Amino acid sequence: MYWVKKNLPKIVISPSFALLAWFVYGFILWTAYISLTKSKILPKYDLWGVGQYFRLWSMDRWHTSVSNLFIYTVLFLTLCIVIGVVLAILLDQKIRGEGVLRTIYLYPMALSFIVTGTAWKWIMNPTMGIEKFFVDIGFVNFTFDWLVTSGMSIYCVVIAGVWQSSGFIMAIFLAGLRSIDDEIIKAAKIDGAGIFSIYTKIVLPMMRPVFMSAIVILVHLSIKSYDLIIALTAGGPGTSSDMPAIFMTQYAFNRSEVALASSSAMMMFLTVTAIVIPYLYSELRREDGKR
Amino acid sequence: MEKDNLKLIELERSSKKKKTIYRWILFLILGIFAIFYIAPLYVMIATSLKTMEEIRIGNLFSLPGSLNFDSWVIAWQGQTVNSTSGLKMDAGNVFLKNYFWNSTKMVVPAVLISTIFGALNGYALTKWRFKYDNIIFLLFLFGTFIPYQAILLPMARTLGVLGLSNSITGLVVVHVIYGLCFTTLFCRNYYISISDEIVRAARIDGAGFFSIFFKILLPISAPILVVTVIWQFTQIWNDFLFGATFSFGEAAPIQVALNNMVLTSTSVKRYNVDMAAAIIAGFPTLIVYVLAGKYFIRGLTAGSVKG
Repeated sequence: MYWVKKNLPKIVISPSFALLAWFVYGFILWTAYISLTKSKILPKYDLWGVGQYFRLWSMDRWHTSVSNLFIYTVLFLTLCIVIGVVLAILLDQKIRGEGVLRTIYLYPMALSFIVTGTAWKWIMNPTMGIEKFFVDIGFVNFTFDWLVTSGMSIYCVVIAGVWQSSGFIMAIFLAGLRSIDDEIIKAAKIDGAGIFSIYTKIVLPMMRPVFMSAIVILVHLSIKSYDLIIALTAGGPGTSSDMPAIFMTQYAFNRSEVALASSSAMMMFLTVTAIVIPYLYSELRREDGKR
Repeated sequence: MEKDNLKLIELERSSKKKKTIYRWILFLILGIFAIFYIAPLYVMIATSLKTMEEIRIGNLFSLPGSLNFDSWVIAWQGQTVNSTSGLKMDAGNVFLKNYFWNSTKMVVPAVLISTIFGALNGYALTKWRFKYDNIIFLLFLFGTFIPYQAILLPMARTLGVLGLSNSITGLVVVHVIYGLCFTTLFCRNYYISISDEIVRAARIDGAGFFSIFFKILLPISAPILVVTVIWQFTQIWNDFLFGATFSFGEAAPIQVALNNMVLTSTSVKRYNVDMAAAIIAGFPTLIVYVLAGKYFIRGLTAGSVKG
């Protein structure tokens, strides 16, 4: 009885820890192992080596996925941060109706990617969507058919992605701005600094940690992006808007290439790890420093 | 100090004219963005209220001729068509009613279980330090970042072995397991900000693990529990990847059904029904956001500015 009492905290956490160890880390190890085999429909446990990774990197479809991921990440990251920072700074000017505007900017975050994708798929419909609106108001030759154009549909995913996530970046930057001491800004004003240089030279450099968080969140979101593409383009036309997450599920569940799919999953996992581990390390060191 | 303030006032007065222009530009930019964010919602609602005829004639932003909720009814419970054998459901049509309840049956237990365990974990990790507790926390924290593609295949096999594939129970299990990382993280970050002194005093008085939790910590946990519940609810309700991978047909959650509904085009595309369906699928989380936006935002920022 005494033993139970003494170890109660460990006993309480152990079921969750066991689930975490098995279903997260154990499963990742399983996927890593399978990626080194020749498994097709069913997993086979004879080690083969890194052949699947060579296969993966020799596939055009994988190259399309990776280059789409790159395009998406660069644009998604840049646009979300630019829009987020601008909106946060503007909202921080003690304006009337801030609450309402904030609510409007952030509500897309509450919607699922499938809902967002469904809505934007209709808005960007090549004949009846935004194109028809512009034709109706007088731009007779206006066309907007990116959604069905190879090589352009990925930009539709960017538009919808930015629409959904930029408000969130605004929110974390606004929280960051609010935590900066007003006195610093006041002092700079007295020294004659303009509002623009106050932000670019004093305030934004102080927000480095917020930038770091925003970048890590957005990059890891874009590596995981799956639902939005499914709802908006389903990877099409053809496979032109594929991303690694789509590639993985396609080969795992539709094409019965379990080992190849696992190797693509491991590429995703390793990329996220390479970004997140240094970030967590620096975050936790910062936290220790505060104590 | 007073001199500084005077100077500041002077500065502000001299640039008052400039300031009004700034203000106008400021509101203009904010307004344009507000339109950008609100327009899709307007388009969804307007389209859902139009007839297909109105959609063909008008454009995205034209107003519906009347408040016609037919599309909503079709999206919710399907369309009955007259045939020789009486009323019959239009074959090949997906409608949301059953899937909405699927999602409800999935989300309630999954949110409750993951939140309860998250609170206990966060409490154990912060107020009862033990060997390696920091490493355990790090493992939970990293678990919030992993791309789920790395666990999909073994999870599908495991659910198969347990006889839980294609069932709501299976999805509850999956969402509890992967939600634990988030709930533990939220609660741990909240409890760490609460003074250890209270807990220490209670321990000296002989209070045990659970009585300290229920009598001291739980009563002051409302803010973080609300944040955690809202976060989990939004995540699980909006999930598509797990739903689409581990279930199909009748057992699918609502996001999967919505996607199927939009994809399965019968003879003619019905954009009004698609939009009504999208609104129905997004409605619960949107309501939560409108009613408890403050906690929703807190969850987002708590989940992002980690550690």
